[in-house]
Amino acid sequence: MQQSAFLPREALSQLFQALQGDGYRVVGPTAEQGAIVYRELGSVAELPAGLVDHQAPGRYRLEQQAHGRYFDWVGTAQGLKPWLFTPEQPLMVAREVEGGLRFESVRETVPPTAVIGLRNCDLAALALQDRHFLQGEYPDPHYAARREQLLLIAVNCHRSAATCFCVSTGDGPEVTAGADLVLDELGAGFWVWASSPRGRALLARLPTRPLAGAHKRRSKALRKRARLQQRALPSTDLREPLYKARDNEQLWQSVADRCLTCGNCAAVCPTCFCSRVDEESPLDASQSTQIRRWDTCFNDEHSYLVGHVVRESAVHKYRQWLTHKLAMWHDQYDRSGCTGCGRCITWCPVGIDIVEEVDRLCTEVKAGAPRE
Amino acid sequence: MKDPWLPQPAVVIDKVMETADVATLALKLVDPVAHARFHFECGQFNMLYLYGLGEVPISIMDMQQGLVLHTIRAVGRISRKLVALEPGASLGLRGPFGNSWPIEQARGRDLVFITAGLGCAPVIAAIRRAIATRPAYRRLVIMQGVKHRDDLLWQEQYERWREVPDCQVLLSASEEKQAHFAWSLGMVTGLIEKAEFDVNNCTVMMCGPEPMIRASMRGLAEAGVGLENCYVSLERNMQCAIGLCGHCQMGTPFICREGPVFRVPDIQQWFLLEGY
Ligand SMILES: Cc1cc2nc3c(=O)[nH]c(=O)nc-3n(C[C@H](O)[C@H](O)[C@H](O)COP(=O)(O)OP(=O)(O)OC[C@H]3O[C@@H](n4cnc5c(N)ncnc54)[C@H](O)[C@@H]3O)c2cc1C
Ligand code: SF4
Ligand code: SF4
Ligand code: FES
Repeated sequence: MQQSAFLPREALSQLFQALQGDGYRVVGPTAEQGAIVYRELGSVAELPAGLVDHQAPGRYRLEQQAHGRYFDWVGTAQGLKPWLFTPEQPLMVAREVEGGLRFESVRETVPPTAVIGLRNCDLAALALQDRHFLQGEYPDPHYAARREQLLLIAVNCHRSAATCFCVSTGDGPEVTAGADLVLDELGAGFWVWASSPRGRALLARLPTRPLAGAHKRRSKALRKRARLQQRALPSTDLREPLYKARDNEQLWQSVADRCLTCGNCAAVCPTCFCSRVDEESPLDASQSTQIRRWDTCFNDEHSYLVGHVVRESAVHKYRQWLTHKLAMWHDQYDRSGCTGCGRCITWCPVGIDIVEEVDRLCTEVKAGAPRE
Repeated sequence: MKDPWLPQPAVVIDKVMETADVATLALKLVDPVAHARFHFECGQFNMLYLYGLGEVPISIMDMQQGLVLHTIRAVGRISRKLVALEPGASLGLRGPFGNSWPIEQARGRDLVFITAGLGCAPVIAAIRRAIATRPAYRRLVIMQGVKHRDDLLWQEQYERWREVPDCQVLLSASEEKQAHFAWSLGMVTGLIEKAEFDVNNCTVMMCGPEPMIRASMRGLAEAGVGLENCYVSLERNMQCAIGLCGHCQMGTPFICREGPVFRVPDIQQWFLLEGY
């Protein structure tokens, strides 16, 4: 059952206070080093009021506008990924003791965490990461410990960045599922939906008012506007053309020539899950810790086997990234690994555009490009 | 929630140097309950951990007198230190992981084993199991290729296998010049035409360098063996063995989870391509 009401703008601070009073740390968007990022916030004052982002291939810029709306930006530099699948995660500690080795699990105590400001592409990516980290034969205890503590407050997008293409992947811009509360920001306040028992309990404690017809009409128009996007993937299941393209290395040369194999795309992608395990011991060697760190298929070490690297060339690396994300994911997780957030386009230093590359590959495959 | 990242303390009970850089370690889990419970299917592997260094995937060669046997070649940072361990040394063990050879499904058939180079440990596990349950199978053919005759691990073992009834042992050395009565010259794939087995009722198990596996696939197909009866054990970089780190993906399958053993038609669309 859903419930909805109107929350005046001034009352947003009461939502913060209600959460903090219940023992949540509140994580939300704030401007830092020229980008919107998720941080732990003390109050509403730290929200990026009036900031709007302009995104393009290889480009991200913030602009201050007078309207003062808190959520008129579209994309954060990172999604929720670092809050659950942390960039650095200690896994276990080994000690040399009398008669052998002793191993200890790392167990974290994670405070209840309310995240405010999430978009539907972030929630879709969260569902995919849940699938990977929690629903296999060996659930990851570290991801689980953080996931269990989450309360999610999402926001409907009212505009799209030039890099967004969630409409074509079916992952936005409107919030569909997975949040406890959903906000729709209208000038004087928010249309708030509660879509879970926790969300409803929270909403009941806020000084809401009944919703006016004008609010509904305004919100509907804004949500419709957000659907106007400049980019679109040709299909949600690209296995057929991409497996054809996979078999022809020539088709990947033009993008490989520009790709720096820096791995930025995979680092900002909210669904990429690769990691490596390092071993670290302090100088006195009293203990040794295994640490998981983010990794990407753009690193040589990712595919290293004694004596050789399976994917050494940029052709092989970029082809792995793109075919995994948009094709193999269907076989592994029953859907594409892309939620259309556009981050890989924005944060690519040379502005490689995944949508443009897919379009080109599909066209060339259709035209029956010559095999090498 | 059980912690899949946590190794169990283990200790080296015995060690045999097989060649100058290959050792077989016999391991025991320190916790007697865990040790008694440890069970493996042949084809599976463990993650072996060395203090201060990290973990590597190593096939389980066998269990003998209750000890877990691993045959390891010193090739890099961690494997070198594993080979240098002496009885009494401590390490960590997580496992077993992965699937296994179709040893049960192959009952009543000819079994054909093709291995080359260093990658024979997973197949050796299957050969030992087949010989231990000998009457369940018809003919056995064991084909092994190495560069030099001195590289052959378990010389004696191969000699003993020659004595097993209906068991053909074929060896080849690719970089020897001199002929030898028990050896052929050239690649292991050249042995396929000398092998005597029923192409219509056989199960083939292969392991070794990828170019050799590809060549064997061609040789087998030419000999009339259906590739649906051929299996291969594969390797990719592995950081976790529990389906989380993403390193072991070969196209769609995660080798630590859906492998390391694959039926050839299930993997060949990826395996035949460079870069996956
Ligand atoms: C399923 C499986 C079973 C194996 N069984 C055996 C066996 O029975 N005996 C044996 O001697 N070797 C086996 N190997 C290979 C063994 O894992 C590598 O030789 C070992 O990882 C090399 O590590 P290193 O630190 O000594 O080498 P380095 O060259 O220092 O390698 C650095 C790191 O790369 C990774 N890596 C390198 N090569 C491999 C590889 N071939 N496979 C997986 N990860 C690799 C490891 O994380 C390694 O620590 C197996 C590999 C797999 C995947
Ligand atoms: S592939 Fe690019 S657009 Fe798709 S989810 Fe990842 S970062 Fe976002
Ligand atoms: S695209 Fe590359 S880095 Fe991302 S999950 Fe797939 S293999 Fe890992
Ligand atoms: S080894 Fe990590 S996913 Fe397979």
